[in-house]
Amino acid sequence: MFAEFLQYLFSGLTSGAIYALAGLGFAIIYNSSHVINFAQGEFIMIGGMATATLVAAGMPLPLAAALAVVATMAVGVALEKFAVEPARNADVTAIIIITIGASIFLRGAAQVLWDKEFHSLPAFSGDTPLKVAGATLMPQSLWVVGVAVLVIAALWWFFNRTMFGKAMLATSYNPLAARLMGIPVKTVLMVAFALSALLGAVGGIVMTPITFTNYEAGIMLGLKGFSAAVLGGLGSGAGAIVGGLLVGVAEALASGYLSSAYKDAIAFIIILFVLFFMPSGLFGKKGTERV
Amino acid sequence: MWKSPRTGGLGLLAVLLAAAPLTFPNAYFYDVAVNALFNAVICVGLNLLIGYGGQISLGHAGFYALGAYGSAILVGRYGLPPLAAMLVSATGVGMLAFVVGRPILKLKGHYLAMATLGIGIIIHIVLKTESGLTGGPDGMGVDPFQIAGFAVSGDKAWYWVGAALLVLAVWLALNLVDSPVGRALRAVHGSEVGAEVVGIDTTRYKVLVFVVSAVFASLVGSLFAHKNGFITPDIGSFFRSIELVTMVVLGGMASTFGAVIGAVILTLLPQFLAAFEDYEAMVLGGIMMGTMIFLPKGLLPSVRGLWARRRAAP
Repeated sequence: MFAEFLQYLFSGLTSGAIYALAGLGFAIIYNSSHVINFAQGEFIMIGGMATATLVAAGMPLPLAAALAVVATMAVGVALEKFAVEPARNADVTAIIIITIGASIFLRGAAQVLWDKEFHSLPAFSGDTPLKVAGATLMPQSLWVVGVAVLVIAALWWFFNRTMFGKAMLATSYNPLAARLMGIPVKTVLMVAFALSALLGAVGGIVMTPITFTNYEAGIMLGLKGFSAAVLGGLGSGAGAIVGGLLVGVAEALASGYLSSAYKDAIAFIIILFVLFFMPSGLFGKKGTERV
Repeated sequence: MWKSPRTGGLGLLAVLLAAAPLTFPNAYFYDVAVNALFNAVICVGLNLLIGYGGQISLGHAGFYALGAYGSAILVGRYGLPPLAAMLVSATGVGMLAFVVGRPILKLKGHYLAMATLGIGIIIHIVLKTESGLTGGPDGMGVDPFQIAGFAVSGDKAWYWVGAALLVLAVWLALNLVDSPVGRALRAVHGSEVGAEVVGIDTTRYKVLVFVVSAVFASLVGSLFAHKNGFITPDIGSFFRSIELVTMVVLGGMASTFGAVIGAVILTLLPQFLAAFEDYEAMVLGGIMMGTMIFLPKGLLPSVRGLWARRRAAP
């Protein structure tokens, strides 16, 4: 009974960690530019696909992963430079359509560059499951959660202890004042997209040995990352992490105890209820609007 | 008098629709044309919400699919006449849109996008999963559309049904936009707070267009199901919702005829791209980005602006 619960919890926390990374990616870009980047899921896909291809071609995993992360970051910067920046003053609907267009474009490019097949990676440290209180835990799950914790810690350090990180926070609070203080707001935007791409790529790489990946794998992951970010309150970093873990665990428990067919619906059912009753998410600032 | 879009534009549309079949070399063109007309009707409704109300919906394919499955199930399983099934489905979808619309239309921008996206995806998953009722991912067959003993069959007959429906939809939309409701909506789009200050019940009007656009989608969904004879849950997919929004935005937000043009272009596009099938997604994504970056108002309003400037120049 308990072992079963623990089993669901493990798998929920594993996918929750990926959603949290994706949600953080949404939050970072949203904070610096008020753009919702619907191509966040494609970063996850590109990271996983590129690593899988390079490893299959005989490259050692760490090198392949590093190259894949750099490539994904380049895609993120290009997205900012060529699609988001030219439309800086467009309204919300227009920017939503631009980033959705970008996600469709990247998916199409991946389908041309690779194929429609599923790609996989070997588990980083073997497939021998660990036994924990009657539940089995795959070593790769530890990798996912461990890497997510490391990345989140590094981000925390970046935003709170480095000059550039603080400049990015300043930009998110008040872009005009930040620019007047000499903060290069354009560079901040580009770094935000690069960081979000990095978060996505890292998530995609550690997750690929468990779930496999193909050119369409980013759609659901991206949308669930968005749910995680909205659940926690758009723009709140801690909120995105908590939101991601909540979505992951709720999904695992619901598919274990209720119905696995509705697994993908859980995130959206939760988010609808939250939006009905707490429109600014769990940790979001109460919205007051200045006229 | 002919300058008014309600008479001049509508007249032109009717003439074009009547003349278009003369250029169709074979029956396949009718099939494509019917799909274009159906999409145009949905987009005219969706444009009321996006273009005039300034609200985004990323889940309209869900309402469309509910209309299609509602008709298929009510006619096939419960033996309702197709017209009654279509109206019952549309009423159901309208009520669903009303119930979910009231809380979600208080949300703005990104939260609204998330909520409508969630509803669309939940509908898609339900249709895929409840295979006892819907046939699951494999889809289900649909009986032909019969009314008073006559069956509408063949793409030619459907073309005239679609054309009549489009003229009706455009007429309704143009009148709605020119009514107090339309003016209230434009005020909401301009500034929601400003609209509230002058006494407009903004939520009520937003819910109204949300329901109207959902009903349009549902009615077209029902007709599509009968015409096609077979439906799968993918007619309600997230991608389909995006496609509908892109049609509206490409043609021109806040322009009823723009929505029609956007729907026709995007429906015909895959026919021209068939040669580079692999690149279809890249082209579609590129069009979405390009239109928003270079023609943020959409095709028709941009062309119209260019025309006006040309005439103003000496």
